[in-house]
Amino acid sequence: MPALLSPSVATASALPDPQGTAAMAVSFQNLGRSFGTGHGAHTVLREVSFDVQAGEIVALLGPSGCGKSTLLRAVAGLDTPSTGAVTINGTAVSGIDSRCAVAFQEPRLLPWKSIAGNVAIGVPAGANAARTREVVERLVGLVGLSEFAGHRPREVSGGMAQRASLARALARNPGVLLLDEPFGALDALTRITMQDLLLDVHQAEPTTVLLVTHDVDEALQLADHIILLGPDGTGAPGATIVRTVEVPGPRPRDRASTALAGLRSSLLASLGVNGH
Amino acid sequence: MAVHSGAAASTATNASPKAGSAIFARSWTRLGLGLILPVLILLAWQLSTAAWVFSPVQLPSPRAVLDAGTELIGRNELFNHVAISTQRVLIGFLIGAVLGLSLGALVGLSKAADVLLGPTIGALRAVPSLAWVPLLILWMKIGEDSKVTLIVIGAFFPVFTTVSLALRHVDKNLVEAARAFGLKGLKLLTTVQLPAVVPAIFSGLRLALAQAWLFLVAAELIASSMGLGFLLTDSQNNGRTDRLLLAIVLLAILGKATDALLGLAEKWAVRRWS
Repeated sequence: MPALLSPSVATASALPDPQGTAAMAVSFQNLGRSFGTGHGAHTVLREVSFDVQAGEIVALLGPSGCGKSTLLRAVAGLDTPSTGAVTINGTAVSGIDSRCAVAFQEPRLLPWKSIAGNVAIGVPAGANAARTREVVERLVGLVGLSEFAGHRPREVSGGMAQRASLARALARNPGVLLLDEPFGALDALTRITMQDLLLDVHQAEPTTVLLVTHDVDEALQLADHIILLGPDGTGAPGATIVRTVEVPGPRPRDRASTALAGLRSSLLASLGVNGH
Repeated sequence: MAVHSGAAASTATNASPKAGSAIFARSWTRLGLGLILPVLILLAWQLSTAAWVFSPVQLPSPRAVLDAGTELIGRNELFNHVAISTQRVLIGFLIGAVLGLSLGALVGLSKAADVLLGPTIGALRAVPSLAWVPLLILWMKIGEDSKVTLIVIGAFFPVFTTVSLALRHVDKNLVEAARAFGLKGLKLLTTVQLPAVVPAIFSGLRLALAQAWLFLVAAELIASSMGLGFLLTDSQNNGRTDRLLLAIVLLAILGKATDALLGLAEKWAVRRWS
């Protein structure tokens, strides 16, 4: 994949970075993952190889159950691939990796802690109380939840909980931000607001983002590159990379642009859907 | 987003004072309703003794039981019986609960500990409580240690069982998320796993407290010179049915009162950690 930073990332890098986060490069090397053994074994992913440049937003797109999340979990160290490896800045991931932070499809907030308390979970161990408070306050503000910092998760809407989940991930000051369909369960309007928020956050804290999604529009709106996963038609079991797309144009992109509309139809066709 | 947020805020602030007063009013009504049956029983007791349905040796009147109480208070004995029994229960319950919580956490979270310790603890649980008494007396003599140890055994198992089982069913997603943020071991336990099982911990504790009173009487019936269990055997030997009933009523009141205190703590804790 060609090294190409989109213009918006380039400007964001020029902004003063409050924490000096260094975005990190991720590389998948011939990664495969099978579950089970013997007759019950089935292959989910095979021969996945690609590189993500530091600071890029890459969308992993594919039908449900194609192993997108498995791929993401391998980067976080929550899952160990059967074959191949993931490296971050050249060193292999083994076990839970402190260079990554994950936002899951569900907010997964601790119900007995306030929004601020949940965001504080993301602050790396070893930070003192004052430093933690400062980071939490800044990030809760960044995702627009300052007013709700003291609320419990069940007292806020699903979209707000998901923003808190994003803030918690950012609190880790990650070199790689992993987003596992974080907006998938939200209503359409909230989803668009969240996508814009993610772009703002990426401007303010440029980091490498790996985004799992099954929403073609979301991928087109957010990503520098789209990796399309699925069965490659050879009849071999498991999903692999069927297509890699470079999304043109700086962000934020016009949702109605004709160039994107063409790309959208072609991606939908690759997913086996008639794009009209 | 602003509209969204405002709505959530207003429901949150409106709901709490109303809910608070409703619970307060309801708890007084509940207390009153709960007292109806005891008052009826007392009334039936009084009427049956007044009508000589039973002889005073079989069933002394409520008045006689009250007099037995004031007499024991006058001789400065009743307070000592109650105090030593309560002390034994509280110490035994505390030690048993802490052991049950720690071992329950270990067995609930570690597969290795479960495989190694589970069968042995299960077999020990199957031993009837009274079977321990001769051995404990042999090892620790007739003193506080043997009695408190028996109560520890009684309090341990309910806490151990509920906590170890509940920890196996903590929301896997929450635990995975916490692990992804670098939490592990004791920090993971205290941040995620234990708070998640607070309701189970409290139901275990309440069972354990009831067991503690049960085992107290077992211990005191067999070997003691003080305490409510001693008052029971002593009254039986002397044919003092009034004192016997007094001991039973006191055990009922003490058991219910300590359980109610634990219930208040439970209410607070469940609100705090859910």
